[in-house]
Amino acid sequence: MIPATFDYIRAGSVEEAVAALTEHGDEAKLLAGGHSLLPLMKLRLASPEVLIDLGRVDALRGVCELDDGRLSIGAMTAHQDVIDNDLVRQHCGVLADVTRQVGDAQVRHRGTIGGALAHGDAASDLPAALLALDGTVVVQGPSGQREIAAADLFVDYLATSISDDEVITEVRVPKFDGSWGWNYQKFSRVAQAWAIVGSLGLVKRSNGNVEEARVGLTHMGTVPLRATAVEQALAGAAIDGIADAAEHAAEGTSAPTDLNATSEFREHLARVLTKRALTAAAG
Amino acid sequence: MTALDTPPTLNVGVTRLRKEDAHLVTGRSNWTDNITLTGLLHVALVRSPMAHAKVSNVDVSAALEQPGVVAAFTGADLADNWAGGLPCAWPVTPDMKSPTHLPLATDEVRYVGDAVAVVVARTRPQAVDATEHVVVDYEPLPAVVDMEAALADGSPLADTSLDTNKSFTWQKIDGEIDDAFDGAAHVTTRRFINQRLIPTAIEPRSVVCAPPRETRETTLWSATQVPHILRLMLALTCGVPEHELRVVAPDVGGGFGSKLNVYAEEAICLVLARKLGKPVKWTETRSEGYQATIHGRDQIQDVSLAFNEDNTIRGMRVELHADMGAYLQLVTPGIPILGAFMFNSIYKMDALSFTCHGVFTNKTPTDAYRGAGRPEATYAIERLIDEAANELGVEPFELRERNWIKHEEFPYTTIAGIEYDSGNYEAATAKAREIFGYDDLRAEQAQRRGSGDPVQLGIGISTFTEMCGLAPSRVLGSLSYGAGGWEHASVRMLPSGKVEVITGTSPHGQGHVTSWSQIAADALGVAYEDVEVRHGDTNVAHKGMDTYGSRSLVVGGYAVQVACDKVVAKAKKVAAHLLEAAEDDIEFSGGTFSVSGSPDANTTIQDISLAVFAAHDYPEDMEPSLDSDATVDPENFSYPHGTHLCATEVDTETGRVTIRRYVAVDDVGKVINPQIVDGQVHGGLAQGIAQALYEEAVYDSEGNLTTGSLLDYYVPSAADLPHFETDRTETPATSNPLGVKGVGEAGTIASTPAVINAVVDALRHLGVNDMPMPASPRNVWEALQAANNGGAA
Repeated sequence: MIPATFDYIRAGSVEEAVAALTEHGDEAKLLAGGHSLLPLMKLRLASPEVLIDLGRVDALRGVCELDDGRLSIGAMTAHQDVIDNDLVRQHCGVLADVTRQVGDAQVRHRGTIGGALAHGDAASDLPAALLALDGTVVVQGPSGQREIAAADLFVDYLATSISDDEVITEVRVPKFDGSWGWNYQKFSRVAQAWAIVGSLGLVKRSNGNVEEARVGLTHMGTVPLRATAVEQALAGAAIDGIADAAEHAAEGTSAPTDLNATSEFREHLARVLTKRALTAAAG
Repeated sequence: MTALDTPPTLNVGVTRLRKEDAHLVTGRSNWTDNITLTGLLHVALVRSPMAHAKVSNVDVSAALEQPGVVAAFTGADLADNWAGGLPCAWPVTPDMKSPTHLPLATDEVRYVGDAVAVVVARTRPQAVDATEHVVVDYEPLPAVVDMEAALADGSPLADTSLDTNKSFTWQKIDGEIDDAFDGAAHVTTRRFINQRLIPTAIEPRSVVCAPPRETRETTLWSATQVPHILRLMLALTCGVPEHELRVVAPDVGGGFGSKLNVYAEEAICLVLARKLGKPVKWTETRSEGYQATIHGRDQIQDVSLAFNEDNTIRGMRVELHADMGAYLQLVTPGIPILGAFMFNSIYKMDALSFTCHGVFTNKTPTDAYRGAGRPEATYAIERLIDEAANELGVEPFELRERNWIKHEEFPYTTIAGIEYDSGNYEAATAKAREIFGYDDLRAEQAQRRGSGDPVQLGIGISTFTEMCGLAPSRVLGSLSYGAGGWEHASVRMLPSGKVEVITGTSPHGQGHVTSWSQIAADALGVAYEDVEVRHGDTNVAHKGMDTYGSRSLVVGGYAVQVACDKVVAKAKKVAAHLLEAAEDDIEFSGGTFSVSGSPDANTTIQDISLAVFAAHDYPEDMEPSLDSDATVDPENFSYPHGTHLCATEVDTETGRVTIRRYVAVDDVGKVINPQIVDGQVHGGLAQGIAQALYEEAVYDSEGNLTTGSLLDYYVPSAADLPHFETDRTETPATSNPLGVKGVGEAGTIASTPAVINAVVDALRHLGVNDMPMPASPRNVWEALQAANNGGAA
């Protein structure tokens, strides 16, 4: 469709973007890869008066290691560049594996990690992944930078704790060494669609037992969720306890009903997919 | 036939790379939306957001004030421009109700997407922006959504100008149907739902119209399958003299029946261009098209089969409710009627009763969608045969074979009264079973059932036939169809020996240019590269019935062959004259005419073409021209058939269905271009599998289309589909000299029941005996839950 008329500002730097956001307030939206925002604008479900394009802010692209041992991924790094990045592959392969399941090849070459997280869609893959990885985002606003933990980032349906005048500059994730295994079970109607339910399981193995387990759930509520009951049931447990633990996967969720699934079916899928994800992660 | 009994087939039957593809895959295509003209204006429509409402006032005055806006009109403003409503060319019964369907509604809107006003502006965004300034006062009326409720006493009306929601009841009874059921040893009865589908051609609909300039001619370009039908119907609807209207179908990117129509936007653009004296363009967006382009299927099917003790079929009862939507489009009511001849399929029986109720609802009109009535019928009979086999305790193949027409029984007049000219169901089935490894897969299925594997294996069978090659004109007349089913071709021999073929068919992806070139090259004995095929412009192809119903090759290719034969016959006369021999002594082979017994005395068709152009020396009893026309009217439909086998793996924990094997053995008669046939089968399978597993147009109780975009309407991609294993048997059709049957729809018709039969077969032992389409994870899981809870699914 045809979006409503808007003004376009190309930001040359993060500071310029912040200044433009400050000037235009909630009439402005940041344009990253455009794969969430532009469809909404074409459907006229969103009609921002000003678009601030971050596409030329090269400082927001790339991956580096931080002094504290974490990885920093520039917010405008395209999904495919995350997948292909050697540091990500070596130290946070789980992020590469989840990102590989985002959209299709075209989306992965245009869409960005920062854009996907800023959109905050509980049905998209990266929010639940960041939550399960205990990642953070760094945002910059008029009064400087702050770091927001994933657990504090997603506050409601398509709503984050990022202010209207802030820009995500970095995504930070911890390293996961060889004692960790992971698996993302994305369950969708067709190959290129949002997940009806997704479950990301991470397992840290120790002497044949589960030392630590983490589960991130996609599309099981208005925000991405951790299946904390499963994680608690598995902490220190034997690997063959996964099936029983996964029975708790839907606890504390508020799964929506739509054409693809009733909330009851989603809860069932969360249990099945969590069992499969954790079993594969522990294997 | 050609002049020799066994013409050389240098091209026919051989894969030739498609002549069409180079420009299509290198961005040089000429889609309607690519056309730009000096001073072009852009059209945007204001569409009803309500399924049913009185329109008390439409005010375009604020829209006229918007930047770039040139004009804006309400339905009332344009009402005097219509010589009639949009046409329905198939009044299936004398008392059929067909509400007046104006291109722009005036006082009542009847589905979400019904257009009420139009804005014309200098740019498309300006036109779209200005539509938001058109003020429409809607007074909501109850929306009629459910077909059966629509026919109940006291139902609200989908159209308040009518006194009923029933458009027609059409009935056909052959044989003694009551006797067939009264004396039956067993009766299998089911209700199947053939869900509503959205055709989703890759190219959206688009219209450009240029008003008269130096001549009186108005030119309308449209992404249409039917430029010739469109020209006539628009002339009638808009009161434009037919000879002053030129319709062009440029490159058209898929249709599947959705572009076999006469649409409001085509009429509106024609009227606007003439009214404003400026060229105008309208192109639908995908979500606009999902509302305003016809939908397909949407039938409730109540079907019963009566059997003898020996498992032979006595008779079949069919009662359909077919959703017309809010209006009757070009052939809407005829679609379910086409199925009336196909429910008996390949099976012999003594009685068949078919009743169809056409029902109005406040939804997008339905019309032809790939297969058009035949997929629905085939789904019902092939599902029902499987259910009957289960109830009777016989192998599904055994029950089919017990009842199908044996190859030695052709030609065979079916209980529905049509004559299947040829077929060999035994051969296609044997081949499919062998490729599929049927017995091995049955063994694996038993093993998985025994071990309680969470992923169960199912095998689905579809031994289908269909009727296509629309169609014998007299038969269409007997069905009250508004036109004939002939087709036209012209062949022009150019002085240089090159050939122009003009066809009345209108390709939109099928590869007619390639296939027609192959036919003409062999018939005339010229090089494939020396043939060009022209189509789709009523100024070039002056006569035609266009492309739908797998008719183009069967009827249009036939016309090309006959026109070529006429050219050869004329050239032979000239050859005899120039070679100073008796015509009877002239032999024609591979483009060369020679004198029998004197091979050195010869000339080529190219030399003759030049000689006739020069016209210095030619027979006195003929005109100096080899050019020929042919208009052919087939004596029968054609009847492709085949056996399709599908193996599905069904994850009983998640409800996910995965197709593991799909084997399609099709008998489409003689094959002109094997690669094109394979392509048609692949695409057909994709669309049939899409109905089985993915696609469904869903309306809520208010009549809103909740699957209004590709976000919610799941069209599968290659990534979702299996590797297709295709093969063929070849039983030539006898009703055309090429022996061809048509292949455009076969894959779609065959595959939907093959897949659902496989899904049900995988879960039968768990108590599942039916599966609503699409067999989505949710529907499969819910069927399993219902079976677990003791209820029949």
